[in-house]
Amino acid sequence: MAENENTVSDVLDDKSYKYGFTTKVEAETFAKGLNEDVIRAISKKKNEPEFMLDFRLKAYKKWLTMKEPAWANVHYNAIDYQNISYFSAPKPKKKLESLDEVDPEVLKTFEKLGIPLDEQKRLANVAVDAVFDSVSVATTHKKKLMEVGVIFCPISEALQEYPELVEQYLGTVVPVGDNYFAALNSAVFTDGSFVYIPPGTVCPMELSTYFRINTEETGQFERTLIICAEDSSVSYLEGCTAPQFDTNQLHAAVVELIALDNADIKYSTVQNWYSGDPETGKGGIFNFVTKRGKCQGKKSKISWTQVETGSAITWKYPSCILQGDDSVGEFYSVALTNGIMQADTGTKMIHLGNNTRSSIISKGISADRSSNSYRGQVKVAKNAKNARNYSQCDSMLVGDKCSAHTFPYIESANSTVQLEHEASTSKISEEQLFYFESRGISRENAITAVINGFCKEVFRQLPMEFAVEAQKLLTLKLENSVG
Amino acid sequence: MLEIKDLHAGFDGAEILKGISLSVNAGEVHAIMGPNGSGKSTLAKVLAGHPSYQATAGEVLYQGRNLLEMDTEKRALEGVFLGFQYPVEIPGVNNAEFLRMAYNARRVHAGEEELDPLDFDEILDEKMAGLGMEAKYKNRSLNDGFSGGEKKKNEILQMAILEPKIAVLDETDSGLDIDALRIVAGGVNKLRGPGNALILITHYQRLLEYIQPDFVHVLSRGKIIKSGEKGLALELEAMGYDWLTTTNA
Ligand SMILES: Nc1ncnc2c1ncn2[C@@H]1O[C@H](COP(=O)(O)OP(=O)(O)OP(=O)(O)O)[C@@H](O)[C@H]1O
Ligand SMILES: [Mg+2]
Repeated sequence: MAENENTVSDVLDDKSYKYGFTTKVEAETFAKGLNEDVIRAISKKKNEPEFMLDFRLKAYKKWLTMKEPAWANVHYNAIDYQNISYFSAPKPKKKLESLDEVDPEVLKTFEKLGIPLDEQKRLANVAVDAVFDSVSVATTHKKKLMEVGVIFCPISEALQEYPELVEQYLGTVVPVGDNYFAALNSAVFTDGSFVYIPPGTVCPMELSTYFRINTEETGQFERTLIICAEDSSVSYLEGCTAPQFDTNQLHAAVVELIALDNADIKYSTVQNWYSGDPETGKGGIFNFVTKRGKCQGKKSKISWTQVETGSAITWKYPSCILQGDDSVGEFYSVALTNGIMQADTGTKMIHLGNNTRSSIISKGISADRSSNSYRGQVKVAKNAKNARNYSQCDSMLVGDKCSAHTFPYIESANSTVQLEHEASTSKISEEQLFYFESRGISRENAITAVINGFCKEVFRQLPMEFAVEAQKLLTLKLENSVG
Repeated sequence: MLEIKDLHAGFDGAEILKGISLSVNAGEVHAIMGPNGSGKSTLAKVLAGHPSYQATAGEVLYQGRNLLEMDTEKRALEGVFLGFQYPVEIPGVNNAEFLRMAYNARRVHAGEEELDPLDFDEILDEKMAGLGMEAKYKNRSLNDGFSGGEKKKNEILQMAILEPKIAVLDETDSGLDIDALRIVAGGVNKLRGPGNALILITHYQRLLEYIQPDFVHVLSRGKIIKSGEKGLALELEAMGYDWLTTTNA
């Protein structure tokens, strides 16, 4: 790959820069490394308002004082943060008026991924924001959404068009110094999605963001902010893939959700980043993601559903802060690890308001030599009366070289609380598969049936077409692992 | 239809079947009896293709083809059915859905179209009624939490749906109450025909009163030590196996 990078100082000096990438998609990538100038350059490139640069710099200063977390049950060689490029964008860089201006190679990539973006083929009931490397390349159905006042656009665009909204909410759920990776994201994020649902509005279609990492040695740091105003609801889906590389790529995203009175946010993820070579573990994405929702209003509800099937390492705990009285938090998760993948994932439910309820359904599937950990925390504040939590945490082992671990933490300073916890471990056995096969059912279909049975409660939460996708993904990943 | 010739088989090097020969023609019913641990289930599983067991010598011809070279799925699709002595529980997998998967796999193999859940449901209802099974078993997880007898009925339900050419029923009668035995046996009899065959593994003469065998074989320590007609089963019931095993030891 011929590199002809424009340097950070080029951008700061506002000189024109050379294009010259011989990758399929013409991209513009910053030189590797991180310092204040890089952050200023990102902010300048994106023509951001002043508050945004302050936010970034504050986060960066905080990050410099922080250490990478070591408590998770994952192991990897130290990441060299100076050996990552913090900005990469497919060209052209000018604002796109229509899809015709998007690089056809990029469109083709998304189409290959089953996410057609052009008018004729795009999904009728799903609006898609496609993020390629660090930049949003297309958002479909925007006009139709605008008619009911729903804002769905890249966050970089929101910073131009609705800076007050962004300023009001950004960092209110995940503060800049929340954790190491969130601080890094806050300093350097380049794009992501922004959603605002106005009061009294049911979003007329599914919203979805599709992330694609394409350039080697680029970190991907997206930032998603979803605000659901009073008496509104939205269902949002996030999908992710990356091509195969030999080097590990860092993905450190932050997602913040805010639900006001009676608002209802459903956030689903199907994650299938490249997980590295199954034997050597070479390559693969390091997925260090902070996702948190705040049920700020009374009777609000936030529901996380995730199907995690990829990444070399997953470190992710979609959480809910149940602040409003009678608010509800839910977490439905399927995490599959195979090869030598490592996943440490789970959730936090923080009960602050009265009569707040949360439920956690976690399904971990581990195969081959992988390690799969569930980490869940349920925390009930002193004055959160009648809080309730139900947790169910099931593990399935495929083969006998993998491992599953559960780490439930419960913290309650309150006697009116009701907590229930159930856990189980099972195996797909050779005996079960033989039973299927002895009835003429193929091994592949047998695995699908068993896994679907195991994950039913979670799949049921996904929008139909994505549930089918998710099932296929799991079968594909497990086919070679059983027996 | 099925020709077993001097079959030796076992697992991990331990030989359990020590030279079995048995010839089953279309239209016949064979009963296999014998003491616990003599190798009856092993024979059944070897015929179905269980991966834990290896045949070390001899051969098995099914409709003139080498059965041992076919994989499990293929054997089933070609009409071999095993009614398990201990059907495995599969939590989370819907019973009706499982039955439909099996049914459709067979249809696709025969070049027919798959049936959708509604059409299949009609067939299922009819077969279940024939076995006196309540509809509630459709929506339960496969064998999961089924009682011993319920599991056995569910095996015969599968047989009724798949209509195999040769069925090996491994102690299907154990665990069935008296009424259930009669109903299940009636169900099996309905599936008998000039084109298919049945191997019944059982410890009890009672099943053989309902399903009359053409031949009875006694398996002991991995060998068939005696074969006869259905009267043999009565003798065994009265006298046990000792008189056979001691003279043969
Ligand atoms: N997978 C296995 N591991 C260990 N031993 C086995 C295995 N399979 C079979 N055996 C042994 O092989 C012998 C024959 O077992 P098999 O189940 O075929 O007996 P059976 O004739 O069906 O007995 P029963 O009448 O009790 O059902 C027994 O001694 C059994 O313990
Ligand atoms: Mg047996």
